[in-house]
Amino acid sequence: MTTATAHEAHDDHGPARGLSRWLFTTNHKDIGTLYLLFSLLMFFIGGAMAMAIRAELFEPGLQFVNPMFFNSLTTMHALVMIFGAVMPAFVGLANWLIPMMIGAPDMALPRMNNWSFWILPFAFTLLLSTFFMEGGAPAGGWTIYPPLVLQTGDAFPFLIFAIHLMGISSIMGAINVVVTILNMRAPGMTMMKMPLFVWTWLITAYLLIAVMPVLAGAVTMLLTDKYFGTSFFTAAGGGDPVMFQHIFWFFGHPEVYIMILPAFGIVSQIIPTFARKPLFGYSSMVYATASIAFLSFIVWAHHMFTVGMPLAGELFFMYATMLIAVPTGVKVFNWVSTMWRGSMTFETPMLFALGFVVMFTIGGFSGLMLAIAPVDFQYHDTYFVVAHFHYVLVTGAVFAIMAGAYYWLPKWTGNMYNERLGKWHFWLSTISVNVLFFPQHFLGLAGMPRRIPDYSIQFAEFNMISSIGGFAFGLSQLLFAYIVFSTIRGGAKATDKVWDNPEGLEWTLSSPPPYHSFTTAPEVK
Amino acid sequence: MSTQDARQQATRRTLRRMLFVTVGMFGFGFAMVPFYNVFCDITGLNGKTASGPAQALEESPVDSDRTVTVEFIANLNQGMPWEFRPEVNKMEVQPGKAYTVRFYAHNNSGREVVAHAVPSVTPGLAAKHFHKTECFCFTEQKFGADEGRWMPVRFMVDPELSDKHNELTLSYTFFDTGARTAAAPKGLEAVHPSTQAN
Repeated sequence: MTTATAHEAHDDHGPARGLSRWLFTTNHKDIGTLYLLFSLLMFFIGGAMAMAIRAELFEPGLQFVNPMFFNSLTTMHALVMIFGAVMPAFVGLANWLIPMMIGAPDMALPRMNNWSFWILPFAFTLLLSTFFMEGGAPAGGWTIYPPLVLQTGDAFPFLIFAIHLMGISSIMGAINVVVTILNMRAPGMTMMKMPLFVWTWLITAYLLIAVMPVLAGAVTMLLTDKYFGTSFFTAAGGGDPVMFQHIFWFFGHPEVYIMILPAFGIVSQIIPTFARKPLFGYSSMVYATASIAFLSFIVWAHHMFTVGMPLAGELFFMYATMLIAVPTGVKVFNWVSTMWRGSMTFETPMLFALGFVVMFTIGGFSGLMLAIAPVDFQYHDTYFVVAHFHYVLVTGAVFAIMAGAYYWLPKWTGNMYNERLGKWHFWLSTISVNVLFFPQHFLGLAGMPRRIPDYSIQFAEFNMISSIGGFAFGLSQLLFAYIVFSTIRGGAKATDKVWDNPEGLEWTLSSPPPYHSFTTAPEVK
Repeated sequence: MSTQDARQQATRRTLRRMLFVTVGMFGFGFAMVPFYNVFCDITGLNGKTASGPAQALEESPVDSDRTVTVEFIANLNQGMPWEFRPEVNKMEVQPGKAYTVRFYAHNNSGREVVAHAVPSVTPGLAAKHFHKTECFCFTEQKFGADEGRWMPVRFMVDPELSDKHNELTLSYTFFDTGARTAAAPKGLEAVHPSTQAN
């Protein structure tokens, strides 16, 4: 394994030309760009599926797609958005930013870095090709519960191996992050001086290394149950399908924090810059993140309150889940305190960060409602759950990623994005996303089940409102793509600092930063 | 040793540790299977009842002050063209006393089918206080084309059942194991040894 230190011996070469630059690159900036562009592509593919779902749900009755295909759409939308859009976007940000933030020349394991990205296009080719197969794409839900998922047609092994590849990719990405952060920091950059984005990513990487292999194990068991006669989850052979749910959610709950902790990190970088005050309660932020990560391992069964657990189990998982509100509350209050009496300005990254704080908190509160076991029996598998996790994932994770993109895009490209269009993008997204998801709370409370292509007539109005919001949100994201690509192509030149006195080593580099940065370690006071 | 070599060594050490954790957690996923089965055996959480006949049932004293309602449910796994039903829908039983209930199954498929009935008791915590001395679920059942027969279950609820549980549901699901036994001729135990621990 070549480490980046070997690079220093033969510096001063720029990127190779043409396609081979991207195929063979070991440069953290190139790989970060690849990850981010891949994630943007997947965001639009998954988004197109969401548009089809909302079109079908615009009115009661079956309009455009048959029910089986509808179920494929919900399943694939989730898999593409989780493993294709959100996670690669965070890994892309990590690749771009972690070396620049800790004063390292590159990631510690650059060749593995190349490999972990280039696995992804293959994984998603496998996954998306299932749409054209006998029996259709997987339609049993992204949670791939047996015995339902075992009824998948030819797509089944493609689904399993795609998940294996995505897992391998994220594990390699995570190992790279841990090794880089632990070994490549500039002299003087102690752990408790690291920017919060680096801290949250370090903890996320540990979560990934701990739970992605468990998912790999679970899907391997599904594979052998289907093709090799084992009975891990087959009741007829003495297995137990509920056990799959336990193993899956042992992965699944840390997974949801994998998708939100880096977002916490991004927001913790942005808010101090635009409040013009240092982050309030830095060390409490670090400890809160670590506590959330720890708690994420002991709350998994709150996803399965209705499987028939004994009362003691329901109570344990209920209280443990509600406990997570404490460190999360610490973070939210710290962000608010950072802004308190700051000289705030509201550029696009700050708008998205503020949108994140407000709307992620709404998602957090509905999560707290779902954590209450007795009421979860009513909310379980309804649109209330759909509303909850879209608030934390779209207005949470995706908004934070967009905030980060606006915040660092001038640094990456050397060009300023169009502030007026950025603000338009924010307001269009924020209004439409609430029109899209807020009514789904009411639908869920009224009893509309999720993953169903048709619904009872009393749900018609809210579904129509939600679909209109959905189409508006989808169209608004085209504006985002336009802003990003036009910024890459040109625009007003950005200064090195870009913003008004931001904190962090990445702002000491030029905009755009040189292909190889920090070949000699910077001084950290 | 230069600082570069030192850094490279540290990098490799961290890398090795992380790979070790990855492999370990992959193993942990599989270790959850026996762990889950043992945990459920001890606590009876998943409602699985013993897969073999219970011993020494008649020794327990009958608790004639109390009655427990036992409900019976008969299910067929997807796509089985069978008829399957209990003789009665529910019984009032006294803890400590043995009872017999019959289930009727009829194979309407026009071909010979080997099937296995998997029992489940709810609430799960009551499962370990529900004993069967005789059950068609202990072995695989072979049904000829269009054959039908009554099959007895002899059971007892033991007096140690918590008084919070006054209604139990015993459910059976028949699974067509034809395809499965072809792969594992010795039957179920060969497929999943951990259930023997019951």
